[in-house]
Amino acid sequence: MSHKILIVDDEPNIVISLEFLMKKEGFQIAVAGDGEEALAKVASFAPDLLLLDVMMPKKSGFEVCEALRADPANSALKIVMLTAKGRETEVAKGLAIGADAYVTKPFSTKDLVVRVKELLGAA
Amino acid sequence: MKAKHRFIAAIIVLGLLMTGPFCVTSLLIWLDMKEAEREMLTQLLLQRLPIGTIMTLFGFGIGVLVLHKLFKQYVEGLLRMSETLRLMLGANRNFRVTPEGPPEVQQLAIAANDLAEQRNQLMDDVDAQIARAKASVEEEKNRLAALMSELAQAVVVCNLDGRILLYNNRARLQFKALAQGPTSVSGGALIGLGRSIFSILDKSQVEHAQEVIRGRLAGGKTPISNFITSTRGGQLLRVQMVPVLAAGNDGEQTMSGLVLTVENITRSLEQEARRDQVMHTLTEGTRASLGNIRAAVGNLIDYPDMDTDLRERFVKVVDDEAAKMSRSLDQTMGEFSDSMKTRWPMEDILAIDIIAAAERRINDKLKLSTKCEEIDDALWIKADSYSLVFALTFLASRLQDHYELRELRFRLTCEGKLAYLDLIWAGPAMSSETFYTWEMDAMQIGSESSPLSLRDVIDRHGGEIWYQREKAAHRAYFRFVLPLATPEVAGETEERQRGTGRPEYYDFDLFSTRDTTIDLDRKLSDLAYTVFDTETTGLEPSNGDEIIQIGAARIVNNRLLRQEIFDQIVDPEIPLKPESIPIHGITEDMVLGKPNIDIVLPAFHAFCEDTVLIAHNAAFDMRFLQLKEDRTGLRFTQPVLDTLLLSAVIHPNQESHKLDVILERLGIKIGSRHNALEDAWATGEVFLKMIPLLEEKGIVTVRQAIEASAKTQFARVTY
Repeated sequence: MSHKILIVDDEPNIVISLEFLMKKEGFQIAVAGDGEEALAKVASFAPDLLLLDVMMPKKSGFEVCEALRADPANSALKIVMLTAKGRETEVAKGLAIGADAYVTKPFSTKDLVVRVKELLGAA
Repeated sequence: MKAKHRFIAAIIVLGLLMTGPFCVTSLLIWLDMKEAEREMLTQLLLQRLPIGTIMTLFGFGIGVLVLHKLFKQYVEGLLRMSETLRLMLGANRNFRVTPEGPPEVQQLAIAANDLAEQRNQLMDDVDAQIARAKASVEEEKNRLAALMSELAQAVVVCNLDGRILLYNNRARLQFKALAQGPTSVSGGALIGLGRSIFSILDKSQVEHAQEVIRGRLAGGKTPISNFITSTRGGQLLRVQMVPVLAAGNDGEQTMSGLVLTVENITRSLEQEARRDQVMHTLTEGTRASLGNIRAAVGNLIDYPDMDTDLRERFVKVVDDEAAKMSRSLDQTMGEFSDSMKTRWPMEDILAIDIIAAAERRINDKLKLSTKCEEIDDALWIKADSYSLVFALTFLASRLQDHYELRELRFRLTCEGKLAYLDLIWAGPAMSSETFYTWEMDAMQIGSESSPLSLRDVIDRHGGEIWYQREKAAHRAYFRFVLPLATPEVAGETEERQRGTGRPEYYDFDLFSTRDTTIDLDRKLSDLAYTVFDTETTGLEPSNGDEIIQIGAARIVNNRLLRQEIFDQIVDPEIPLKPESIPIHGITEDMVLGKPNIDIVLPAFHAFCEDTVLIAHNAAFDMRFLQLKEDRTGLRFTQPVLDTLLLSAVIHPNQESHKLDVILERLGIKIGSRHNALEDAWATGEVFLKMIPLLEEKGIVTVRQAIEASAKTQFARVTY
């Protein structure tokens, strides 16, 4: 069975690329447009990995991450944070609150695929 | 014995000398004689008695004349001369003794005159020297004043109690512009000699800066501290503080005062915020767009065989994002050009010093004990220490409120270019919502509050903060992540060496100021006063007459300060009486649009805070102020002196104690007197002249002056 990935981002221009890319790599994809929707989709879709944008309306990526990590049921869920915020302090925060990887935009699609596969143990 | 008595005694002695020996000899011979001889002698004597008596009287007369002449010349002449000498000694040193009388006396007079001449020259010399010295001091003062007034920065010098000793024009203008609400009508009343700097700047921040300076002094670094403070009106001031150092007893330097340069950075900070926004759109905005383009292009390249529809969509993403980036670039360039570079003043500081300061505050304020775990004592961070210590204390107080902590621990580590400052406590988990409100609400510790939130402080430092649990140890911590700074080393000592000498461009001692708080038993010359005068619509305050003008000036250190004034026309909200207009010269046009008494009185109240009030016929003016007490809730409780009553104390036998008459009587010449301010100035001049006159009457303290005033007949007039 292929792995399931939930893409959480409010910008359609990046969602379209991520969705296409991950589908091509053979993953099952769901998309959430904001933080609250993301939490709901995690429950219903039960993804293996989250591509999580930091800057979103309603709930930020940090908050989503904290909320997910607060529940031990999600401990196996991998979280990759995608962000246009490039400051080191934010990277440190993301990793500290439980993200498995922190990818700064712009990123190479190939590298992203490699990171995702590594995390899912599918490489 | 008086000279006259001595003269009479001398005459008696002369008389005795002329008759005594003859009488005694005659008596002895008489006793020795036989009866017949005695009879013969009586006959002989009686025959020649008249001529003998006449000769004796004649001789006596000549003797008296000689005595009188001598007395006139030597005794009275010398007495006269001594009076003239006294005159020369005191009132008129150019007076000279007229040489007269016998040659000896004349010579004495000439010698005295010569001495007086010499003394005159010496005194002229001394006067000239004093004048020269004064002139050079004056010149130095003027040079300093010129130097200060030309400075683009506002400079305020105060002593360690925060009393202002010196300020420049720029400071006056700045604080005048800054004065908000009621004080905006008072012409920048809040800054003034002898006033407290803490009415302008936050006391705890100034004290914190002082502490920083002491620490830097002790550590051998340049003693300087920066901080940002916000005023009641929401303006932001950047303050740079350096100490005035004086040599202490053991040769060590001690702080005797503070020099503050103050800059209003509200506007530049707004620009800074805009600039930040610009930087943000240029970096993070670009990142997002570039990320979108890169992902789309990556797909286009990696999957060349995708269907046309999808390809179109990816090309559109690229086109879309490229256009977005061009737009934002144009926009940001436009905004960037007029933005200025300003920053919060961050100091390079040892992180351990921040922890030490925070521990002290937490122990003092919250009575909470603290401990340090692993501490890297060599970490330098870039920080605004005041706000950072405030933030740490704030978190400690929140934790104490929520978890009834017994102890709080600090940990300081570093990771790459980041310092980790952890605030650790033992206790249950906290929800992220709770922390979120702590992070976003304006900080408050007991009664102290800050306009900033924890988030603001963190953002200001370019740092981050989060909450983390150490499950195994059953405890949690807040981690402050702060960028490391490269510590300053070079240049410090050399700069310090240069700074130790006393500046050469001024030489007067600013710091011998006295305490000016009101104490009725202090000397009149030691206190700070507000002299004021009001113009009113009429003479009956109880019958609806209102104030239409308040003018006031301050007396500090026995000097009338003409630049620290309060001058305000007031809208009386009733029609002016036509007959009163020629008296005060204020017309309907002039009161139109002016603030009413509800606005002016609080400003005036602030202006005369901590001073004794002085007015001419004060009972009249005070009555107007008292009638407004209920309406404004302001009470003027300070002591009041009345120059009219004081004049009656000094010259009880004079008929008139009108201000004009007193001015003339005391020989005070002033310019025009047309309005409340000029009358207040005149009253001030009168009061300063009265202080020594009161002293002559044994009235030295404010209490004595008030008591003496109350005894005059004028004190019974009420309005």
